[in-house]
Amino acid sequence: MPEGGHAASLAAQTGAWRQDSYVDGPIRAMAVATLFWGVVGFLMGVLIASQLAFPLLNLDLEWTTFGRLRPVHTSAVIFAFGGNALIGTSLYVVQRTCRARLFGGEEMGWFLFAGYNFFIVMAALGYVLGVTQGKEYAEPEWYVDLWLTVVWVAYLVAFGGTILRREEPHIYVANWFYLAFIVTIAMLHIGNNLALPLPGHAKSYGLASGVQDAMIQWWYGHNAVGFFLTAGFLGMMYYFIPKQAERPVYSYRLSIIHFWSLIFLYIWAGPHHLHYTALPDWAQTLGMVFSVMLWMPSWGGMINGLMTLSGAWDKLRTDPGLRFSVTAVGFYGMSTFEGPVMSVKAVNSLSHYTDWTIGHVHSGAMGWVGFITFGAMYWLVPRLWGRTELYSNKLAAWHFWVATLGIVLYITAMWVSGIMQGLMWRSYDELGFLQYSFVETVAAMHPYYVIRMLGGVLYLSGALLMVYNLWRTVTARAEEAPLAPPLPAAAAVPAE
Amino acid sequence: MDLFALYPLLKAAWVVWFFALFSFILFRVLRPGRRQAYQMLADIPLRDEAPRARQPQRSI
Repeated sequence: MPEGGHAASLAAQTGAWRQDSYVDGPIRAMAVATLFWGVVGFLMGVLIASQLAFPLLNLDLEWTTFGRLRPVHTSAVIFAFGGNALIGTSLYVVQRTCRARLFGGEEMGWFLFAGYNFFIVMAALGYVLGVTQGKEYAEPEWYVDLWLTVVWVAYLVAFGGTILRREEPHIYVANWFYLAFIVTIAMLHIGNNLALPLPGHAKSYGLASGVQDAMIQWWYGHNAVGFFLTAGFLGMMYYFIPKQAERPVYSYRLSIIHFWSLIFLYIWAGPHHLHYTALPDWAQTLGMVFSVMLWMPSWGGMINGLMTLSGAWDKLRTDPGLRFSVTAVGFYGMSTFEGPVMSVKAVNSLSHYTDWTIGHVHSGAMGWVGFITFGAMYWLVPRLWGRTELYSNKLAAWHFWVATLGIVLYITAMWVSGIMQGLMWRSYDELGFLQYSFVETVAAMHPYYVIRMLGGVLYLSGALLMVYNLWRTVTARAEEAPLAPPLPAAAAVPAE
Repeated sequence: MDLFALYPLLKAAWVVWFFALFSFILFRVLRPGRRQAYQMLADIPLRDEAPRARQPQRSI
């Protein structure tokens, strides 16, 4: 038995386990980074949405144009907000469900926090200064990619090492999803960023070109959605919803089937991003078929998440954090229905390159990723700082409704705008000429761009309410928010 | 029959392999008599901060 295992079994035998023996300092820092980057990312989203509605806001400066700020927004919300949330919660969950201290200890945790956030800053600087590969969601140049590879390998070692030294015989399903996220993102990151740097320059050229490059890019791009924005956050769902609802997941068997079917299917769905391109037709059809098949495991997972509340639905009235988590699962179900529909070639011929896709992505990003993270933060932050309750449930409820209204405004505006845009592009007059010029479609979308911007402002306002609420929760004096009751004295501390 | 003639069949065999593997996973997870064991595993997050005795067996 490993040293840590021996110490832990001693603790179990004497009926005590020190919660403070877990590595929580870096996780607290990642929670703060999650909130910080969330606000930055949402703010950048509002800014670029405003630029689309009012182009003067591009300011005629190269650093502030839509083209440079758009990847700042996407990377801030996906990799900075989502990444810090995933790494932080995964380290919290793996320690507790394995009953083992983080492999590598405090030092490893702080390296992951500092290293990952250094990657974020370096990537963002590149975007603003115009140093990018021009590959969507994989914009950073080779030197940033190499640094991320180092950090990610360390993350895999820390997570895998903690699993290997576990005291709990079974690896809980949330860890399966987190591990799939870590391993697959490593594979995708390396595969899509194989490039030859120019000697002495930040610029590099990818090894693949043409349609092969496009296929590798969307193999990466769609699986970034599948394994970063889906599998990772499903790990979050399978831990935090049972904790919030105080009951086990509805069906553990279904969670295992959910995992394996999602893993088997997701990796093949990327070609649906390249319908009606130079990609061979069979590959496009393959992507479409696997995307449609993905509907079933996705809804299996959604049902599992929602039914976990069976018999505890009343908690939704009193626990705003749980309300976020459950609504997130609802948005997960909605997005994973809309996605397969949009992957069907006939539908895609209308939806592709239009704002409908933007609306679809944001129902997943704001509704699923954002809300499941907010739910986890409302549960986690008070506990990480030893508080028994939130500063204000009322503020959290306001956050919920303001953000929900923001999402509804956003996605309905994009549905209308996108479908109108697609229909205008394909309209012909009686002589066979295009009925609308491109600029007419842009002008027609203007009101919806303004509505989308207002939706973003609401979502950002909700996030600011959350930051204030959690800040007051953490900084509350003892008499305002009493510390958690003291844990049993420790008999032993698991060793490094 | 040489290897070239078998190539199309072998190329398509991964479909059969994945299908068989997934069927095995389904059987292993859904076989009768395992419900109680899986319910215990679902409790892991709810007892992750409380003392407990070691579980008797290791399963998937």
